[in-house]
Amino acid sequence: MEKPLTQHINSNRPPLNFNEYSGVGGYEAVRKAMAMAPAEITKTVQDSDLKGRGGAGFNTGMKWSFVPMNGRHESKYLVANADEMEPGTFKDRLLLEGNPHQLIEGMIISAYAIQANVSYIFLRWAYKKAARVIRQAIAEAYDAGYLGKNILGSGFSLEMHLHTGVGRYMCGEETALLNALEGKRATPRTKPPFPQVSGLFGKPTIVNNVETLCNIPHIINRGAEWFKDLSLGDDAGTKLYGISGRVNKPGIWELPMGTTMRELIEEHGGGMRKGYKFKGALPGGASTDFLVEEHMDVKMDFRSVAAAGSRLGTGTMVILDDQTCPVGFVHNLEHFFAQESCGWCTPCREGLPWTEKILKSLENGSGRQEDISLLEMHTQFLGPGNTFCALAPGAMEPLQSALKYFRDDFEKHIDEKRCPYK
Amino acid sequence: MLTPEEIEEIEHEAALVPVRRAACIEALKIVQQRRGYISDESLRDIAEHMGMSVEDLDSVATFYNLVFRRPVGRNVILLCDSISCYVMGYEKIYEYIRERLQIGFGETTRDGRFTLLPNCCLGTCDHAPALMINNELYRDLTTERLNEILTEYK
Repeated sequence: MEKPLTQHINSNRPPLNFNEYSGVGGYEAVRKAMAMAPAEITKTVQDSDLKGRGGAGFNTGMKWSFVPMNGRHESKYLVANADEMEPGTFKDRLLLEGNPHQLIEGMIISAYAIQANVSYIFLRWAYKKAARVIRQAIAEAYDAGYLGKNILGSGFSLEMHLHTGVGRYMCGEETALLNALEGKRATPRTKPPFPQVSGLFGKPTIVNNVETLCNIPHIINRGAEWFKDLSLGDDAGTKLYGISGRVNKPGIWELPMGTTMRELIEEHGGGMRKGYKFKGALPGGASTDFLVEEHMDVKMDFRSVAAAGSRLGTGTMVILDDQTCPVGFVHNLEHFFAQESCGWCTPCREGLPWTEKILKSLENGSGRQEDISLLEMHTQFLGPGNTFCALAPGAMEPLQSALKYFRDDFEKHIDEKRCPYK
Repeated sequence: MLTPEEIEEIEHEAALVPVRRAACIEALKIVQQRRGYISDESLRDIAEHMGMSVEDLDSVATFYNLVFRRPVGRNVILLCDSISCYVMGYEKIYEYIRERLQIGFGETTRDGRFTLLPNCCLGTCDHAPALMINNELYRDLTTERLNEILTEYK
């Protein structure tokens, strides 16, 4: 089984330096790409069906194809979104700490495809080790002539900067991230215009997730068909899958896209810990709908998970076991979302603290009969189409599915005037 | 007053961006790194240096949770309170810290040794519960382990 993204990652030793990375075929894809026309690269990536690994799952090559290529834009930007803050998600950390040159190589090719001359890595504050190894890798890439002016004599130039954030989940939303890079509050922007046309400093900009960008060198080296063949499911490539919660071996693995939830939990995660039963799982971070026992054989790819009523999201699963209160679990999530709401849109700013308050009252035993319908009302009012960004709709996904699958638990809290799990 | 070293570092950052204010978050980080937090006086000095109004800069400073607008202790504990750490029992770790250091979230010990803050997911969920102290990450926490860790910070 091929593991292109993690083949050179060994957590027990430092990441490959420039020479070591080059020695295993690193930067070959840059040389190959520089001999291709930018449009040809975009087409290859589009044909590979690589979908954004940050959670939205949009075709990457298609996203790039919206960048104006008429030569009238002197400045364009490429940004790597390394602000990994989706609760339960720890996949980009592995790629950032484990093989920074792979990310840099992916960024050089992506920047060349859209003809951007400046690039940023927006890294979350907490990833200290990643910051250290990325700085080192960028310096090595400059020394070797893969960054800077006239790369490999191609006439193409690219600057790369590392920006470390100062907190806030909102920075992961691509337009809010651009505001943060501009030294503003990280609130989302109106779309359209989309960043591809008017992004950072008003210039055409592509923001891609770390895992997405790390796939690019492999697609250029091996081709779109090879990439599609890696998958077992309806979407192409491999995927970094993770599991946290009460399984025997929580962890992260690169597996073919479309690996089933059952295989992930039972085989790779080592099954549930003794004394605990599986009750449900958020398949891809805090802002995805619960999947339950009946979904065990669902393939974990964008299309199949959507057909099961949820989203693949980041592909890192959080397990709800039978001894953790689902109401308490969702309360923790809504506390997070209420706190991280940037306050820009009224439904999110007002609705999330209200949601959190209701869930807290259920947990404290002061829930009222009408609270369930109030929570349902919120899932409507905070749903898609009512806010600038996806934070509030995302926050409603675990809540609406918890109300569907674990309704008994909500009712019990109200009827018994206490949390039955305490 | 900003020190010459602070100004030099801020100017280095400002040179990397096409719009001066884009470096204002870096400027806040640079000053906080040296002084521990952003006092009203520091805020005024940075705003003036960046050519921004004090209110504008404060709206940025107060937006980001890791820009401290109040003094913090010599060591800042950031305890993850997000979902995987919730399932794996961060609340026990919180209770332990509360008892041992006599501080809750947002508080600083009387001797100025520790400040305790809640933090969103630290991205190490397969090793929950987790926390950071200053720049160090600690994972797979137990109260016994935490007891040893805390003694390392003076």
